[in-house]
Amino acid sequence: MNNTRTFYDGGKVITGLVIFVVLVTFPFWYNHGKAAPAPEPQLTEKAKAEKACIRPKNEMKSAHMQILNNWRNNVVRNADRIHETADGKRFEMSLSNTCVDCHSNKADFCDRCHNYVAVNPYCWNCHIDNPKETSK
Amino acid sequence: MNVNYVASLITVVVLFLIAYVGTEALGLTALFGVVIPYLALVVFLAGVVYRVLGWARSPVPFRIPSTCGQQKSLPWIKPATIDNPSTTGGVLVRMALEILFFRSLFRNTKTRLFDGPRISYEWEKWLWLGAIVFHYSFLTVLIRHFRFFLEPVPVPFQWLEALDGFLQVGVPGIMLSGFALLAGVTFLFLRRIFIPQVRYISLASDYFPLFLIMGIAISGIFMRYITKTDVVGVKALAMGLITFQPVLPETVSGVFYGHFFFVCILLAYFPFSKLMHLGGIFMSPTRNLANNNREVHHVNPWNYPVKIHTYDKYEDEFREKMIEAGLPVEKEPEAASSEEEEKE
Repeated sequence: MNNTRTFYDGGKVITGLVIFVVLVTFPFWYNHGKAAPAPEPQLTEKAKAEKACIRPKNEMKSAHMQILNNWRNNVVRNADRIHETADGKRFEMSLSNTCVDCHSNKADFCDRCHNYVAVNPYCWNCHIDNPKETSK
Repeated sequence: MNVNYVASLITVVVLFLIAYVGTEALGLTALFGVVIPYLALVVFLAGVVYRVLGWARSPVPFRIPSTCGQQKSLPWIKPATIDNPSTTGGVLVRMALEILFFRSLFRNTKTRLFDGPRISYEWEKWLWLGAIVFHYSFLTVLIRHFRFFLEPVPVPFQWLEALDGFLQVGVPGIMLSGFALLAGVTFLFLRRIFIPQVRYISLASDYFPLFLIMGIAISGIFMRYITKTDVVGVKALAMGLITFQPVLPETVSGVFYGHFFFVCILLAYFPFSKLMHLGGIFMSPTRNLANNNREVHHVNPWNYPVKIHTYDKYEDEFREKMIEAGLPVEKEPEAASSEEEEKE
């Protein structure tokens, strides 16, 4: 590169570089080595007894929001309220009456992951006051 | 077809396949999820610092700002204080406008020769618009991704995400910045293909980063809206890296590793590429210097002390010989000696 050893305007350049490095490494010192393990959603007794959800666990984990969105569209636009699973079980397409019937522990089930990845689904704008929600 | 962009496109596709096959078929998740990300970050930070310090070593002996207005001169001539700044304040405003609003791109004009011959200069704002859309949406996307690296996620990051998804279309909600980024990078690519003059000067080093960023945007959009990935697993992986306690969730898909590998390649490639305009914009002597050449004496930093021999001294040394040779002298010997006495 260059043979000279002098840094012209060295003070300003190094200040800028320090700001740059601090910004890039911001997550490292924000978390300062604290472990933040992935949350484990709790299942209620009812959910445990049921054993299977409408789809396999991993699929539910990543795609439940799309399923709910499709349910909503189906119910509101096509008046079709029945969901049939691959093994022939039939469910009413309803967050409040079907999903929350088993997963009644919003704080320990829904919120754990939602808070961890900072998503704010607006489902709860209407459904949060469902009487079936328990604090357990 | 052109080897520059075909080769770049093939490289990007191959890079994706390396990560996808490497994790899905060969199970090298530790390599693509832990080793390469750390290496990429180190190369990025050290490389950027090295490049910037390299620029800082280059002397700028004279002020060479590009002037876009009247220089400060006589008090009754109005100077352009921002476009031809003569003070540090003016330079700061000029730099801020350049870095935040890309002012020099906004100045762009298109020259055309009509039959006649008549020349015309037209406004040409498309490059400026494409650049603004691209850079700001990329910044938004970058900041949004901090939710994977911070626990708990600070509230301002959640505000940004709420603002980005304010249309509330579908679930998961459409994030405008992701699509704006893809549109912006696609525009910047098509511009290089369709404008002959720009195509002529475009090299693989111009196309490769565009395809790479396109790949990042497409794989990200694909994971969020179409194939779906285990976001909790992704955050666990990211937090493992940040807290130096790496974990490799098994539920994370190969598409994610492709996306992540693209980002690592972008980081590691950054210091060696034209992307260094991130640092270069701050270091441009044509932008960051005040145009005060007429007010301040700028000393060349590599000037060495020059030995001088003035005519007075010369004549003192050779006066007698000059008189003998009949050469005219400025001071007669008596006057010179009496002057010396006066000095003493």
